[in-house]
Amino acid sequence: MKQADALNQAGTLAELGTLGVLLAVARRDLLLALRRKSEVMTVLFFFVIVVSLFPLGIGPEMALLRIIAPGVLWVAALLAAMLSLNRLFAADYADGTLEQMVLSPAPLGLLVIGKILAHWLVTGLPLVLIAPLLGLQYDLDGRALGVLMLSLLIGTPLLSLIGAIGAALTLGVRGGGVLLSLLTLPLYIPALIFGAGAVEADISGLGATGHLSLLAALLALACFFAPWATTAGLRIALE
Amino acid sequence: MLTAINLACVRGDRHLFANLGFTLEPGGRLHVTGENGSGKTSLLRILCGLSPPESGQIHWQGEPIRGLGDEYRKAVLYLGHHNAIKEELTALENLRTTAALAGIAVADEEGVALLGRVGLAGREDLPVRFLSQGQKRRVALSRLLWSPAPLWILDEPFVALDTAAVSWLAEIVGAHLDRGGMAVLTSHQEVNIASGIAQFLRITP
Repeated sequence: MKQADALNQAGTLAELGTLGVLLAVARRDLLLALRRKSEVMTVLFFFVIVVSLFPLGIGPEMALLRIIAPGVLWVAALLAAMLSLNRLFAADYADGTLEQMVLSPAPLGLLVIGKILAHWLVTGLPLVLIAPLLGLQYDLDGRALGVLMLSLLIGTPLLSLIGAIGAALTLGVRGGGVLLSLLTLPLYIPALIFGAGAVEADISGLGATGHLSLLAALLALACFFAPWATTAGLRIALE
Repeated sequence: MLTAINLACVRGDRHLFANLGFTLEPGGRLHVTGENGSGKTSLLRILCGLSPPESGQIHWQGEPIRGLGDEYRKAVLYLGHHNAIKEELTALENLRTTAALAGIAVADEEGVALLGRVGLAGREDLPVRFLSQGQKRRVALSRLLWSPAPLWILDEPFVALDTAAVSWLAEIVGAHLDRGGMAVLTSHQEVNIASGIAQFLRITP
């Protein structure tokens, strides 16, 4: 370490803590998203349009719309999340930034968490915020809309975490986009069941607590395992 | 001190090199030469720990790098073929995020001063996609100015640079060696680095 200090040419530069590195990665990805707004908008508009097409196709049968609402909103959220996944690591892989991340003194898992955090803020959070508005088209009442938002608030970070594993494993593979969908969508099934289930349970008067708790448990599990699995995938991609 | 012992590399079913070894002391530089596709980049990636060698070992200060982890990553600066910069971000933002990845905080004024030293004064706030190839390379090379790493691993650092920048870079590397640093580099150009003990390694199949 002494040798390293002696070699610091500027002498005055401060060192960042590990949390500082995580936040720097997240901030950079948010800044990039801000500069390429179209990518963020594509995901959001995809979600809005898919969800809005169903009431148009089915017609104003309120009872039917109320039944299909949780499933449609959740499936649309899954597909919208899918749409943004192949760009999660691809740009960093192509321009060499990923190599620098692997060589960073900070643990790679931490940098991956920073990237997933930014991914969720850019693609997950907007879906959560706009979902109640779209839910109105399905004649959901205020309580059900609240549960829908809450289930998406717990569920969308889960989608980003699981998706990151798939994105890392298919990195640099030709035709990776299709493979990514085949790999990730089955892993999304538990999130879909408990997320849509929570809203359905609330509508039918059973109470959403059980489903939401299980969804939160899945999120806790993914927070622990997904960065680790993603890191392993990225290292394999770079070898 | 960096020591490579009996390194071998296999890509697909091609054996690129075997029984390759060297010792690099503080103040020393190693020039790796060889034909296109002979495995120069593969060797450099093995040396920084990005990919494992087929066989053989790399030791840093007498310890195998596999066991050193972040201690070794802190000691290495790797500049690959790719510049590792983002086209949408400005030169200053690129410099600051690259530094952050290495765990170093660079303030705005410091960043502007460093970019001035690589010849990008007045272009700090321009998105990098508006810069020329050579200027992009200079943004990437600005890392050499703030990095505290004693071991520089540079893959074709002189590519796309004009003659003034080539001699500037040679000076920077020379100054690094004078401070007791080490450098491993590949280059197809003749470069005059005045300082340091030079070793040459030609990769032959």
